[in-house]
Amino acid sequence: MSPDAIRAVLIEEIRRAVPGSTPEALPDDRPIRDEVDIDSMDFLSLVTALHQRLGIPIPEADYGRLDTLGHAEAYLAAQVAAKTGER
Amino acid sequence: MSGEFRMPSLGADMAAGKLVEWLKRPGDAVRRGDVVAVVETQKGAIEVEIFTSGTLERLLVAPGTTVPVGTPLALVREEGAPAEPAPRPPAAGKVSPAARRLATRAGIDLSALAGSGPGGAVVAADVEMAVALREKPAPAAARPGLDFDAMRQAIAAAMARSKREIPHYYLASDIDFGPARAWLSAVNRDRPPERRLLASALLVKAGALALRKFPDMNGFFSEGAFRPSAAIHAGFAVAIRGGGLIAPAIHDADGMGIDALMDALRDLVARVRAGTVRSSELADPTVTVTSLGERGADSAFPIIYPPQVAIVGFGRESLRPWVSGNVVAPCPVVTATLGADHRVSDGHRGGLLLAEIAQLLQHPETL
Repeated sequence: MSPDAIRAVLIEEIRRAVPGSTPEALPDDRPIRDEVDIDSMDFLSLVTALHQRLGIPIPEADYGRLDTLGHAEAYLAAQVAAKTGER
Repeated sequence: MSGEFRMPSLGADMAAGKLVEWLKRPGDAVRRGDVVAVVETQKGAIEVEIFTSGTLERLLVAPGTTVPVGTPLALVREEGAPAEPAPRPPAAGKVSPAARRLATRAGIDLSALAGSGPGGAVVAADVEMAVALREKPAPAAARPGLDFDAMRQAIAAAMARSKREIPHYYLASDIDFGPARAWLSAVNRDRPPERRLLASALLVKAGALALRKFPDMNGFFSEGAFRPSAAIHAGFAVAIRGGGLIAPAIHDADGMGIDALMDALRDLVARVRAGTVRSSELADPTVTVTSLGERGADSAFPIIYPPQVAIVGFGRESLRPWVSGNVVAPCPVVTATLGADHRVSDGHRGGLLLAEIAQLLQHPETL
């Protein structure tokens, strides 16, 4: 899966978790949760959706790596690559 | 026996509601707890449940009509009761001239109508109802959205009444959240995201359970007297995007297992966001719990939602210096607060309630 495809999934799922938000306009290095106003329950929904769509584990201990779009994309790409490598 | 299904009161601040849609039709069987209508209030569109089982006999209010709280909306023949003086023979023929004109214009089949006029005569109102019901019910997505100005007015009215009538006292206690955080991390480690727990579930459970020992902080104060509630229905405050909040009930929160409570919270937040809260959830919280969440302030000074007599607030969990024995160490801390009603209880009791909540949170595995 290309980084662009992963970013597209990420943006789509943020928009779904927070209807009316415009995550595509977010700078890469700003805290997503502050910019889009994602509370704990929304964040859990987002993680659930990413886990289900990408088929990767996202342990709670890694939540901090989803703080900005840039970090999240890198983290998700690494998780997807790790999963592909396992096969 | 016929009963009346009335416009419910969905909180101290509601005077009237607009019937938006009937989800059942005359002749339909209804069971206690069924959602039978959608009502638009200042808190958005609410699914209204019925509290008797039987057959929906006649609708009295057409969609689009605003009526005061308590107005009969429909007649319900209760289970086991004989049919009303028989569904009036439709072809019996008595039709008022106005009804006939309306029916012709709207293309309504008069022979299919039950009359509500004298001697079973079909009157204009019966035809108007038939026309209103013929309109296709609005799909869920087209239901009226939230009117943020109206919601702001509703919150202002309830809070102004609270501040005017309720002699509040406020208390705060810092709680060592270390054991709870460690337990949550351990439980969540082995779970997929959809089964993970949030701290809010523990906090609501601890608050509800603690209230079992403090009946003077769970119930309603109205007409000069306090009526404690045997059941503990925790209203959980949920912020609405764009502004405003509502606090629908998690029924019998004290008796729920932690996973069931988490499912209930998840479901409640999703339905608040989607605008499908049920009438019973708005009408009967016996106490409110507000959890400011990870990105909120350190503590809340919560205002009671009348006619309730207490509200428990939980601030953001944060690492703070904590003295244990002779050692200062970083520790996850949550500040719990209480706003309670001096007409019913005093600060001493309130302090004991917060201490009980703190105690329960030291043993999260038992919650």
